[in-house]
Amino acid sequence: MDDLYREVIIERYKNPVYKGELDPCDIRFEDENPLCGDHIRIDLRVDGQGNVSEAAFSGHGCAISQASADLLLESIQGKSLDEVKQLNKEDVLDLIGIELGPVRLKCALLSLKVLKAGVYGVGGSSESLVEGA
Amino acid sequence: MPNQFRADFPVLSREVRKGVPLVYLDSTATSQKPQSVIEAMDRYYQAHNANIHRGVHTLAEEATAMYEGARERIASFIGAASSREVIYTRNTTESINLVAFSWGRKFLKPGDTVILTEMEHHSNLVPWQMLAAELNVRLEFIPVDANYLLDLNVYADLLKLGPKLVSFTHMSNVLGTINPARQIIEMAHQAGALTLVDGAQSVPHFKVNVAELGADFMAFSAHKMLGPTGIGILWGKENLLESMPPFLGGGDMIKKVLLRSFQANDLPHKFEAGTPAIAEAIGFGAAVDYLNQAGMDRIEAHEREITGYALERLAEIPGLSVYGPALEHKGGVVAFTMENVHPHDVAQILDTEGVAVRAGHHCAMPLHQKLNLPATTRASFYLYSTQEEVDRLAAGLGSVIKMFG
Repeated sequence: MDDLYREVIIERYKNPVYKGELDPCDIRFEDENPLCGDHIRIDLRVDGQGNVSEAAFSGHGCAISQASADLLLESIQGKSLDEVKQLNKEDVLDLIGIELGPVRLKCALLSLKVLKAGVYGVGGSSESLVEGA
Repeated sequence: MPNQFRADFPVLSREVRKGVPLVYLDSTATSQKPQSVIEAMDRYYQAHNANIHRGVHTLAEEATAMYEGARERIASFIGAASSREVIYTRNTTESINLVAFSWGRKFLKPGDTVILTEMEHHSNLVPWQMLAAELNVRLEFIPVDANYLLDLNVYADLLKLGPKLVSFTHMSNVLGTINPARQIIEMAHQAGALTLVDGAQSVPHFKVNVAELGADFMAFSAHKMLGPTGIGILWGKENLLESMPPFLGGGDMIKKVLLRSFQANDLPHKFEAGTPAIAEAIGFGAAVDYLNQAGMDRIEAHEREITGYALERLAEIPGLSVYGPALEHKGGVVAFTMENVHPHDVAQILDTEGVAVRAGHHCAMPLHQKLNLPATTRASFYLYSTQEEVDRLAAGLGSVIKMFG
């Protein structure tokens, strides 16, 4: 348990840094994990060079899904959209630093799925963008 | 007083991890199995394995007798008039699909109404939604009121629509609400509707007699009542089952087959195409024997006591909300949420202390939408549950608060 609920997970869940909404924003996408009822929306602002200048997420979910969303958005600050497109499952697992079974993996990867679907601009068919999510 | 049943269930003595004994509070999803059920299935494979019906050799006769003997005992367990009314299916879900497919397609016409409730499991929603889309049948729902009971005044109004069928759960797998089945059935019959009782949660936990209920159909599963997965029952009144066309076609459900036509078999075989789950039926029979010996009244009383104790213990936990009716209307299911902690996190932390509960929407998404909850955590009890296990649950919830508080 101590592994699964590392201090950073609990801390980010309780006090997320990137929770909120950006209005207006350049990219907005939302999706849910129907199994848990978790729901995440990500808003991005992109500067003239195509880099992420601001990011925020909203919605609700378990500690794993919320903390990984917060850590994920922190990691893409200032990154180009091309770099964001390259993010994968391992990057998120590195960020949260825990091993997850298949059920909780979906919680951790929901935000990545939403982010990539938003950046690729493909509503509704985001399943194929993140392996395992 | 130590629980006299626990020793009969091998899995209950295991540790989830070294030094962490199992506390199994997920019997509503599936029950554990006593040694007698495991042995009955084992014995069939070790000594009697053969396909049933028509075989003339000794093993085939033995297998047939075991398979049909189980049906007889299941029939008498639910008070069926005859074992011809007891159809083996895969589970409750398949039983309901059988009625929707066979009875529904023959007897429902566009514009006809079927009444369901807001607290149904997906298995008693989706088959009717599929039928409604195909036949343009109208679905109406008895609402759940603020006390987590069905609103029978609204039901009385809905009956004025002249529904053909009222299909409802006897006991909610989330709220634990035990619905007044006799009254619901009587009201339906007065309005000229037939009734289907989803007995998946009721038949395992208290005495259910189809004749006393006056029901027309009832569906339930073995695996929630100490038996194996992969086998369930559709019980129906004989004249209704006689009037219905077969469900699946194939071997065993026929009397005679020509190249271009067939003659359906008699009940109950008419609805049992192909080689069935023979060992599972035999295991189901052993499960019913176990329940009879334990006594359904005693099981019901035990679960009420444990549930009452659980409600007391959970009421002591700050920020915890329970969803369900007062104890007098409730079976051994307790769904709850904790302030600021997601149900999945609750379940995960409990698991680390060996406590197995379920988290999610429990296959009742519309009910959760009604309650405005994305998910709940659910603890559920059976004859082998103990107060000590409830104490372990409460202690685990204390850990959740410590971690997230």
